[in-house]
Amino acid sequence: MSFISEKYQGIPTGFRKILHFHWPIALLLTSVSFIGFLMLFSVSGGNFNKWAEPQIIRFCIGFIAMIVISFTPISIWRSMSIPTYLISLILLFYVEYFGITGKGAQRWIDLGFIRLQPSEFMKIALVMVIALYYDWLGEDKVSKLRWLLPPILLTALPMILVLNQPDLGTAILLASGAAVVMLLAGVSLWYFMAGISSIAGLVYAVIISRGTEFQILKNYQYQRIETFLDPSSDPLGTGYHITQSKIALGSGGYSGRGFMQGTQSQLNFLPEKHTDFIFTTFAEEFGFLGGIILLLLYILIIFFCYLTAMQNHNRYSALLTLGIAATFFFYFSVNMLMVMGLAPVVGVPLPLMSYGGSAMLVLLGAFGLVQSAHIHKAR
Amino acid sequence: MNLPLKTPRRFRRRALLLAGMQLGLAGTLAWRMNQLGVKESDKFRLLAEENRINIRLQPPSRGIIYDRSGNTLALNRQVYTIEIIREQATDPEAVLNRLAELIPLSKIRISEILKELSRRRAFVPVTVATGLEWEHIAAVSANSPSLPGIIPKLGLNRKYPIGADFAHVIGYVGPVSDYDLSQINDKDPLLLIPRFQIGKNGIEAKVEKPLRGKAGYKTIEVNSVGRVMRVLKDQSGSPGVNLQLTIGHDLQRFATERMQGESSAAVVMDVNNGDVLALASAPTFDPNKFVNGISVSDWEALNDNKYRPLANKTVQGLYPPGSTFKMVVALAALTDGVINKNEEIFCPGHKDINGRKFHCWRKGGHGKVSLREALRYSCDVFFYDIAIRVGIEKITETAKALGLGIKHDLPLPAVRTGLMPTKQWKRKNKKQDWFIGDTANAGIGQGFVLASPLQLATMTARLASGLILQPRMLNMIDNKSTFINENQKLNFKTEHLNLIRTGMYDVSNHPRGTAFSSRIDEKYKMAGKTGTSQVRFISKKEREGGVTKNEDLPWNRRDHALFVGYAPYKNPRYSISVIVEHGGAGSRKAAPIARDIMKKALSLGENSYGPMPNQIRSDKIKKSGKTV
Repeated sequence: MSFISEKYQGIPTGFRKILHFHWPIALLLTSVSFIGFLMLFSVSGGNFNKWAEPQIIRFCIGFIAMIVISFTPISIWRSMSIPTYLISLILLFYVEYFGITGKGAQRWIDLGFIRLQPSEFMKIALVMVIALYYDWLGEDKVSKLRWLLPPILLTALPMILVLNQPDLGTAILLASGAAVVMLLAGVSLWYFMAGISSIAGLVYAVIISRGTEFQILKNYQYQRIETFLDPSSDPLGTGYHITQSKIALGSGGYSGRGFMQGTQSQLNFLPEKHTDFIFTTFAEEFGFLGGIILLLLYILIIFFCYLTAMQNHNRYSALLTLGIAATFFFYFSVNMLMVMGLAPVVGVPLPLMSYGGSAMLVLLGAFGLVQSAHIHKAR
Repeated sequence: MNLPLKTPRRFRRRALLLAGMQLGLAGTLAWRMNQLGVKESDKFRLLAEENRINIRLQPPSRGIIYDRSGNTLALNRQVYTIEIIREQATDPEAVLNRLAELIPLSKIRISEILKELSRRRAFVPVTVATGLEWEHIAAVSANSPSLPGIIPKLGLNRKYPIGADFAHVIGYVGPVSDYDLSQINDKDPLLLIPRFQIGKNGIEAKVEKPLRGKAGYKTIEVNSVGRVMRVLKDQSGSPGVNLQLTIGHDLQRFATERMQGESSAAVVMDVNNGDVLALASAPTFDPNKFVNGISVSDWEALNDNKYRPLANKTVQGLYPPGSTFKMVVALAALTDGVINKNEEIFCPGHKDINGRKFHCWRKGGHGKVSLREALRYSCDVFFYDIAIRVGIEKITETAKALGLGIKHDLPLPAVRTGLMPTKQWKRKNKKQDWFIGDTANAGIGQGFVLASPLQLATMTARLASGLILQPRMLNMIDNKSTFINENQKLNFKTEHLNLIRTGMYDVSNHPRGTAFSSRIDEKYKMAGKTGTSQVRFISKKEREGGVTKNEDLPWNRRDHALFVGYAPYKNPRYSISVIVEHGGAGSRKAAPIARDIMKKALSLGENSYGPMPNQIRSDKIKKSGKTV
């Protein structure tokens, strides 16, 4: 039955799938990862084994996973949406109470060969489940208030868990990913405006109520917000990073100091130079030009996602593709805003470049889903 | 496929909207890259190469510790120190070699400093030399252009002016080690300062955080030779809090000196409020040796000493309380009603329990004795008998009510709980049932029963006052009194407590009392109880052979000597406990020490507190004109 219907819809089967594999996206992902390997090699001072080698191994595993996911029909992944979400949620609960805490907030499960961060999986699982929800929901109900409740609950649950860790960066990415899928699904724009203005209003109320009789938060909570917004009040921590990061970025100039010539990063000014702050080193060594090229590579990946999604008549596939693309976009833009001093440091890695296993595997897996949606679409 | 046409159209509109927003954000990123990397590049290049923004920590001064009459026990002394900052010294090795011509600095020390520098972050200053003379500082200052990254500094060093008398109470500070850092979960950047002094023992360790204070920061811009161009931000820290102890130096010194030559501990407590007035452990050591890191030979000498000078025996030493435990057994039996006040028990010199002979210390026995006489003569058979009658659970319950077998909250590390056994405890820990013989042994404070001198002094204070006193050692924290006046009454009958008090009175004042030779024969009388606790098992053969003379045994197998007491007998003011490790008989070794310390305490008269630490501190600042 399914074979006939797929044939009828023009969905490729068997070896014909290879013909429809989205090679440009795969090539772009590999290029960005390759730049990542070069930078890891550079920041370790020319030590291949320290960071570059494990990262390459992870990339290879992730790439194979991507291919396997690509050739599995998207209908199977569609039916896996709810289980994936539930498992990610359980794992999030698990790390909340039994996980290993490292670097302050990030929590993971140690499987021996890899440290799993369930929050990374949740970013994709949430997009999957909300895409499924809107695929299932009738068109006419999309903007009804009570049908808005399930996706909000689905998002709020993992958000509360990651905020509790506390991991603000992941919480922002989760909320943005969910909001994008809802936007694409056609939820009335008035809701978004209402949501944005109520958040803005709340922030405004919190700020101006300070010092009055109607003060909303406690004094120490205000102080926490202050340190969060102004990291220079913690000069040996985040503030120092940002200052040094800006110096490194700026000293790169137009074309950079050259590969492995960045003095700021080579002199160990940045403790997170191989993870969240890797863009700093890149921009110092390859300058403004390098930075723009990297940005273009990222945007091209997103662009191809748009192209395939626009031609996909399967609502789940289309929503999933752009949801993943948006999550990927938020990843690199929040990271870049952060290291360039335009956003507070919230701990978001640069996708495919920063050293780290979970993010690499999850992102490549997610692009496997994009590929699967692309391969198995009606033509 | 019959999808409504509307969906793709709306989806496309929305996708375009999203793409537009994303392009806008990407444009912002590109604009920012241009701004930082191209437009302001010159400024940042300059910052990267010629100027450095530098953050300097301003270490706070550590809290000062005073005794009860205002004597300073721990203070901060000014010393000249030279530090080096890696990011300012372009070539640290060359700079250090030049510096070695001006101040005493060995080649080995230079290589140590270089190693240290490579481990620390670039802006963290590393100590080059400390305890320097003014001439050295002057020479370094004059040559500062050729010594980039070298910073002469006025530093603070901990000093214990009274030294050994308070070594166990105050403890000591020492340079923070990698081991310390791995043990404590403390993100205070002060700990990253090499050789920063943190509390390692005693109050210094236990009250570390309040004593340490909070660091201030100075964000400064410096040029390439390290000269400060301007101060960008100055955030002041706060000094550590000052402490005042309830312990007074006069009595503490007297107790320490009186116990010289012994491995011994003494605790004096105020019977009216639980204030600890002396907490002395002998032998003692000089805490100043630890402040800048102790030498290996000194450390080994302290560690190899069989009298264990580093241990604070008052709270860490656990001993079988011996006969000093008999008050507890008597009170348990009276409260439970298994004996009455006039009941007499016959002591033939031993008691047979399940076929084993339990001996009285007096071979011929005491004959018929009442409870008061049993305490006076310390008759063992009497207490075997009533202990078995009342049972171990009641004894343990009474002991805990009197402050034994519970952990008292003193600001010292490793305050020990001791042990008051129960049947359940033995089953769990020794995998054995409780025997009646165990109860008999507990009846004379032997066997499993263990207590610290602090607990024994607390027990005596509670017996003397009838109040549930909690030992208190910090009188004031940051000029705020810690005193809480809510001592509840003990849940025992006054009649029973009085009977035990008369027994204790007899011990010191009846001609046949075990501590009669150590009585206080003045206006005030002392009540007490001696104890001699075995640390070895006396075999039947030894007992029959008669070679049990204490003096013939090696030191570490001799009996412990104990004494607990309080004075004056009427309107008690102080309680005391003394233990002399392996000292032999309590009446001969511990009682005389206790009597002398008690007499000293009584002679010191009013136990009022001295001037407030705050006043002392502000006076000093005014006089010297400098902040300490």
